[in-house]
Amino acid sequence: MHELSVCQGMLSQVSTIAAEHAARTVSSITVRIGPLSGVEPALLAQAFPIASAGTVASGAELHIETLPVRVYCETCGEETDAAVNRLLCGSCGDYHTRLISGDELLLASVELDAETQSAH
Amino acid sequence: MCDTCGCNITDGNRHLVTGNGKFSRVDSGTSAVSVLKGLLSENDHQAAHNREHFDRRGILAINLMSSPGSGKTALLEATIDALSKRYGIAVIEGDLETENDAERIRAKGVRAVQIATGTACHLDAHMVHDAVHQLDLDGINIVFIENVGNLVCPASFDLGQHRNVALLSVTEGDDKPAKYPVMFRAADAMVLSKIDLLPVMDDFDPARAERCLRDLASRAPVLPVAARKQMDIDAWLSWLEQEVVTHRERLASGQTIRPAIQPDGMRLHGAG
Repeated sequence: MHELSVCQGMLSQVSTIAAEHAARTVSSITVRIGPLSGVEPALLAQAFPIASAGTVASGAELHIETLPVRVYCETCGEETDAAVNRLLCGSCGDYHTRLISGDELLLASVELDAETQSAH
Repeated sequence: MCDTCGCNITDGNRHLVTGNGKFSRVDSGTSAVSVLKGLLSENDHQAAHNREHFDRRGILAINLMSSPGSGKTALLEATIDALSKRYGIAVIEGDLETENDAERIRAKGVRAVQIATGTACHLDAHMVHDAVHQLDLDGINIVFIENVGNLVCPASFDLGQHRNVALLSVTEGDDKPAKYPVMFRAADAMVLSKIDLLPVMDDFDPARAERCLRDLASRAPVLPVAARKQMDIDAWLSWLEQEVVTHRERLASGQTIRPAIQPDGMRLHGAG
């Protein structure tokens, strides 16, 4: 259950961003997670209300975008889909591949409600 | 990567950054801030600081990860017996409770700090930072960080180490790399431990364990060891000593290294 730690790390960043922009509240947070990041989206979603209680992001919506596992083959040059425990080239079957998508653990964007509203 | 000049916006992530710049308006009173930073960037920042601390002192830091009971401490004890005359070794031990492992290391005459994580299932860079400050690093060449026994969570936290080593004992099952791909993909070397038990563990096939590792596109060496009673840890010692030499050369040319598998997707998608 390291998702709670991950969630706390995320909220710490979100709080800093909110303070930088003098925001009163955070209305939504968007994260992008790959299956090979080691973070389980469902567990992160469960941890979020607990970790965010009492923070500037309390009540915010958490959007989790999951990314596909894709590999680039250094042998044949193809880009193919792969499974988390089978990162072989889908075209030639070689294991000399590089992951090009699937291990992301990114805070993509935050939607803030400004404290003082400007004209536009 | 910086967040001010836009150099972290690439073709891979441009579609995420809607509007003009990082502060695009979505409706009145609400603003969307595009961030594109690692979720664990505070941990990663501390980890980078830890790595600099090790590098300034010419130390190679190795993070040992495995399930509980696969022989991490036994491997360290045997390593200390074999190398402590030639290298200064220090150990940071991570467990939920007890000082037992640090005491085993200290009994070998080596400096050790125990981190008792309480309920936390992994070490993070901040815990390691605190532990490093309790360690006298004078004359130390190698710092081993023995992570909490767990094949899941430790893989997600950079501690400031240079190399990740995952142990797989023959009493566990040869398909563990397929079951725990995040952990084994992160390994720069896979130590196959307790191989002296292979004759009685006839359902464990070392070749299958290696195949499962290769299926993760890993080129990490597989190092068979029998650490108890110093039976055979030569493959591990050769790998380790080569890493010490390579790291010295690296530092001499002003470079450092992070464990082989870094979040490539994160790099490609803009996080620093």
